Amino acid sequence: MAEAASAPAPSPPGRVSLAFLGVPVRGFFGFFGDHAILLGRALAGIVRPPFRPRLYLEQMHFVGVGSLPIIILVAFFSGMVSAQQTVRALELFRQERYVGGAVGLSLALELAPVFTALMITARAGSGMATELGSMRITEQIDALTTFAVNPIQYLVTPRVVAAFFMLPVMTMVFNVVGMLGAFLYSVVVKSIDYGAFMEYYRYWTDPSDYFQGCVKASIFGVALAVAACYEGFNVRGGAKEVGLATTSAVVSGSVSVLVLDYFLSDMLATFFPLRS
Amino acid sequence: MTASLRSPPSGSEPSFPRAKEGERDERWQIRIRGLKKRFGPQQVLDGIDLDIERGKTNIIIGGSGQGKSVLMKHLMGLLKPDEGQILFEGQDLVPLTEHQLNPVRKKFGMVFQYAALFDSMTVMENIAFPLLERYRLRRDEIEKRVRELLDRLGLGKVPGIEMKFPAELSGGQRKRVGLARALIDRPQILLYDEPTTGLDPIATKNVDDMIRQTADEFGVTSVVISHDMASTFRIGDRISMLHAGKIVVHGTPAEVMKSDLPILREFLFNANMGEHGREAKGREAEGPATEITKVSPPPTQSNPNPSPNPSRGAS
Repeated sequence: MAEAASAPAPSPPGRVSLAFLGVPVRGFFGFFGDHAILLGRALAGIVRPPFRPRLYLEQMHFVGVGSLPIIILVAFFSGMVSAQQTVRALELFRQERYVGGAVGLSLALELAPVFTALMITARAGSGMATELGSMRITEQIDALTTFAVNPIQYLVTPRVVAAFFMLPVMTMVFNVVGMLGAFLYSVVVKSIDYGAFMEYYRYWTDPSDYFQGCVKASIFGVALAVAACYEGFNVRGGAKEVGLATTSAVVSGSVSVLVLDYFLSDMLATFFPLRS
Repeated sequence: MTASLRSPPSGSEPSFPRAKEGERDERWQIRIRGLKKRFGPQQVLDGIDLDIERGKTNIIIGGSGQGKSVLMKHLMGLLKPDEGQILFEGQDLVPLTEHQLNPVRKKFGMVFQYAALFDSMTVMENIAFPLLERYRLRRDEIEKRVRELLDRLGLGKVPGIEMKFPAELSGGQRKRVGLARALIDRPQILLYDEPTTGLDPIATKNVDDMIRQTADEFGVTSVVISHDMASTFRIGDRISMLHAGKIVVHGTPAEVMKSDLPILREFLFNANMGEHGREAKGREAEGPATEITKVSPPPTQSNPNPSPNPSRGAS
């Protein structure tokens, strides 16, 4: 967008100039616009030949399989601490037996997709931004263009598709391991009845809860991959700028996940109301 | 391909008459007219007029930051100019979309300043990359072509080079692998972006020999961006100087040596031209001692083959 060649005219008396809002407002819309354009180009790369299945598999391995250890670790302790805090609250009413259902529901709808997305943003998102940023400053992306290879189709599309498919998978792993952690704390540590734990877990949770969690996870995956690829692709400079781009990728990816979480929760609750 | 004459995007006239689109010139493979490019407040290219001679090694020299790499990126379509034409075999590349540029790019090969090898791929995978992207060839056939090229570029005897990653190679090896990757699909034109920058004198001469042999053996047109005057006079068939956004000198090495342009004289005076530069200068000494002749002006539409000053000796 062209910058104004001259300073803006002073406001008439009695009016407050809103020109100072110009940069942040434009920046806000520019941020989403640029990301939307990159996403559009990446999606177009899915249907346009040549198709490179090897690249998709490599990225799915990086995003999914490579993140498995950290997801398992975080899920286990998240499940335990979630059960711990839930039991503390329920103990006030002597209703500790509901902990299985409460933790199961919160994991399925919120904790699993959000924590999974945040962990993968930190790990895979930063890796994507660093890799693409390094490729940018060493002219490898230009080299791709000279070989008549669309760099967005080659680099961004596989990452977006991989994140779209692997985030739900990792979210389900988080659910399973998180429930295991919750079970160990509740049944083994707090001696809550095993039967009550499982009964209320089965009664309160529904496959649609896990479906909602997976829908959120897929959308989070696309958002974090686009954020990471955008930052890496637009690096200009040297190693310092690559580092800054990596930081920006993690921050913008994480913020995107948390903001999207609110809107998606609201929207999905309309289609999948909780049973009474 | 026939096409109507196109106006430059902004409507302003270039310094030289436009080369006619649709006409393939037997001598000049690429013709640039009125090329302009601005980055923010800085006008980097300010009306470039330049012709690249088919089958020859064309060198573009100039000081640091003059826009030589920017000019080269325009040839590959990595940048779009603000104004001007870039005619390749008579086709203007400027208005083409990315999709339309791809078939043209396949006729080019580019050797980047630091080789720009793909870090995550081995030497074999790097060199084979264009073939894997463009054709359905058997793996053994691809490997055979890669090995042949490595042999011709003097890398065949390095043990295990095919499976090495770029980080394990020396600077000279990386440049040769970059050249192999650019050559594997037999391009018509090879672009070199400052190929000898940062190399020691022996490695520089090796790279110069490589460029010369590549041009001779493969018959490609070479465009070399350089500020190394020794290399320029060692391998150049035509030399053009970029200064202040314009081409200010254009001719053969001997013609360039005879130019009285002050910026060029300063450039040559401060440069180590090596024995080839001194040899070119020595040729002048055998001719008329006092007469300073001018180099041929860049070809124009009305005068595609301008003759030099008839009093000059070697061309």
